[in-house]
Amino acid sequence: MSLGSWVQLTVLVAMLAVSTPLLGTYMAKVFGGVKAPGDRVFAPIERGIYRLCGIDPEGEQRWRAYATSVVAFSAVCVLGLFLLQRVQAWLPLNPDDLPNVPSFLAFNTAVSFVTNTNWQNYSGESTMTHLTQMAGLAVQNFVSAAVGIAVAVALVRGLTRRRAGTIGNFWVDLTRATLRLLVPIALVGALTLVGLGLIQNFSGFTEVATVEGATQQIPGGPVASQEVIKLLGTNGGGFFNGNSSHPFENPNPTTNILEIWLMLCIPFALTWTYGRLAGDLRQGLAVLGAMVVLWVSAAGLTMWMEGRSNPRLEGTAVTQVRTDTATGGNMEGKESRFGPPGSGLFATTATGTSTGAVNAMHDSFTPLGGMVPLVNMMLGEVSPGGVGSGLYGMLVFAILAVFVAGLMVGRTPEYLGKKIEAGEVKLVVLYILIVPVVVLVFAGISVLLGTARASILNPGPHGLSEVVYAYTSAANNNGSAFAGLTGGTDWYNITLGLAMLFGRFLLIVPVLAIAGAVAQKNHTPMSLGTFPTGTPTFTGLLVAIVLIVVGLTYIPVLALGPIVESLVA
Amino acid sequence: MRRQIAPAIVTFLAFTVICGIVYPLVVTGVAQVAFGRKANGSFLHVDGEKVGSTLVGQAFTSNEYFHPRPSAAGEGYDPRASSGSNLGPSNPVLVGAGRAGDQRELCEDGSEADPCAGLIQQREREYREINDVDPDTEIPIDAVTASGSGLDPHISVANAELQAARVAATRGEDVDDVLTLVDAHTEDPDLGFLGERRVNVLELNVALDARR
Repeated sequence: MSLGSWVQLTVLVAMLAVSTPLLGTYMAKVFGGVKAPGDRVFAPIERGIYRLCGIDPEGEQRWRAYATSVVAFSAVCVLGLFLLQRVQAWLPLNPDDLPNVPSFLAFNTAVSFVTNTNWQNYSGESTMTHLTQMAGLAVQNFVSAAVGIAVAVALVRGLTRRRAGTIGNFWVDLTRATLRLLVPIALVGALTLVGLGLIQNFSGFTEVATVEGATQQIPGGPVASQEVIKLLGTNGGGFFNGNSSHPFENPNPTTNILEIWLMLCIPFALTWTYGRLAGDLRQGLAVLGAMVVLWVSAAGLTMWMEGRSNPRLEGTAVTQVRTDTATGGNMEGKESRFGPPGSGLFATTATGTSTGAVNAMHDSFTPLGGMVPLVNMMLGEVSPGGVGSGLYGMLVFAILAVFVAGLMVGRTPEYLGKKIEAGEVKLVVLYILIVPVVVLVFAGISVLLGTARASILNPGPHGLSEVVYAYTSAANNNGSAFAGLTGGTDWYNITLGLAMLFGRFLLIVPVLAIAGAVAQKNHTPMSLGTFPTGTPTFTGLLVAIVLIVVGLTYIPVLALGPIVESLVA
Repeated sequence: MRRQIAPAIVTFLAFTVICGIVYPLVVTGVAQVAFGRKANGSFLHVDGEKVGSTLVGQAFTSNEYFHPRPSAAGEGYDPRASSGSNLGPSNPVLVGAGRAGDQRELCEDGSEADPCAGLIQQREREYREINDVDPDTEIPIDAVTASGSGLDPHISVANAELQAARVAATRGEDVDDVLTLVDAHTEDPDLGFLGERRVNVLELNVALDARR
């Protein structure tokens, strides 16, 4: 790894070390108690929303009602977003006269944004009107993130309450997460990004006569307001096809590191919130530790791989060596201003969180440099994962870890003093199995189908990686792509849409079921035989469990894709 | 389920108004007042006319100008179609046909003059020819690869330095003067440690013209 890589990583870790306790404590107040900072501003708006909804904010829900609310809200969002795309041509803020979005594509996109995936089978600049972008897609960037946070908070309540029937009120959690957390950060973040060069206007394309006398169409749009929530909410759907590699979304290395921080700030801070709400900060720190270990290792590996030479270019008269005046490394699909370090750091962060934004084209990464983002997603998005989904994913792994530890010593496992019994373990196994089944079955069918194979761009093992990457990305609600794959066909629009739905709701329901089950249990006091879960030992066990569970599931397909590709030099 | 539909619709509409209308309008309003030039696209003007955005690369082919990196956006630097090539690191189209198995087959079946050459080798040859680079000098990787957006406004300093002699000769100027201008338009890493050292091609070329 180059010096530049180390410096950027260190700066980022320092930024996160400041933001995690601040943001974590704030969120603990927002979700943990009755009173929270900013009540004078937010409480009246919230009361208005509750009154319109006809809900009692004090009235809590059992897990089934909570889950039903999640599903009902998401269903309304899918429908609303689908309809908006189907009528966008006739609505305002369409300066370039774009037509309505075709129905299969509109379905795929609606599901994609509601499930926090943001897989894009379209080019933003030539498909979506400004209104669809800001009042459709960007709204889902806010609320799908808020849904993730709500579910995570509900699980934490389940783990920390004793003999309770309820796990909170979804509508309250959704509203508070959006208004008190996402909107304020987005507002400040968007203006900061405009100050650094992102655009924010309602123009269409502006035609200019270039220096050589040709014409060029420079795009307009409300980009900054969408960019910030795309990253903060770990969504990832770009305003433009180029996503965060586009100079209007990410114009310089300063915006680049800010955008990386935006993706990480809430997922890391939520572990602090968890520690606070559990009344034992060490519980949160143990989970945070596991996330940091996975994220830093992945980031280091990718930055290193992408900074190295592509062995297939040895013997050509091209130099890939890093010098004072050249970036060196694997520059296909990368921007000069970011180079391999800034691209590798962004790629691992966007796939370790469930963001899926790209500032460089993953399909053109070196075989192993591109495998790290793929593995990041296969881990189930826990390094550190999406907003909310990262924490609840890691807590599910934590329950599995205490169960495995319990098996080894022959005791009933406990987590936060809650006995983990057969019912919970079955739900944990269900959670862990659903995504690999979806990924491997759909990818398996796709490589057998001629029509699906025709979408592959790159030949050989790299082509298999493209297909596996697509379903892994969809089912883990990431949304990044090995973009050589032509995803805009009926087959991929439909199956990727289904993969996104399964990967979101078939996981949220078991998580809430676990929350409901453990909430009812009484607290078992610590004894000599209790396995402590707030220690570095537990962090190590957690990392091992994550890697082993994923390793056993995916190593065969990784061996056939990126590993073979890297060996056949 | 039925009891959940009403709050679902109301919250959906409420957040569409708050996050989808009010929030972007507030951001746009403040941004236009505080950062008008940037918010509208950082346009570069020559003689009062917009010639492009300093953030968005544009195509240059004539010998009197510095050339940008190859681009996969449309026909090249088309902001209506921002895109990378997405060609994989082992794709023979990009890196040429190597020695292994099925790649040899592709190489021999080809009907072009040099079917084994990939895009990178072809670009390397053209670059060397246009800029009259001697055979011992290796071409920096950014000069022969396409960026992620296809709109990369920058090239590496090494790339600019290799083009300076050609630009100077075409314009009948001294190489050292052109190199000085390259140096003046070299951006250091942000804050000294973020990102890469780079040269903005459009700004450099406009500066070249301005000196006439």
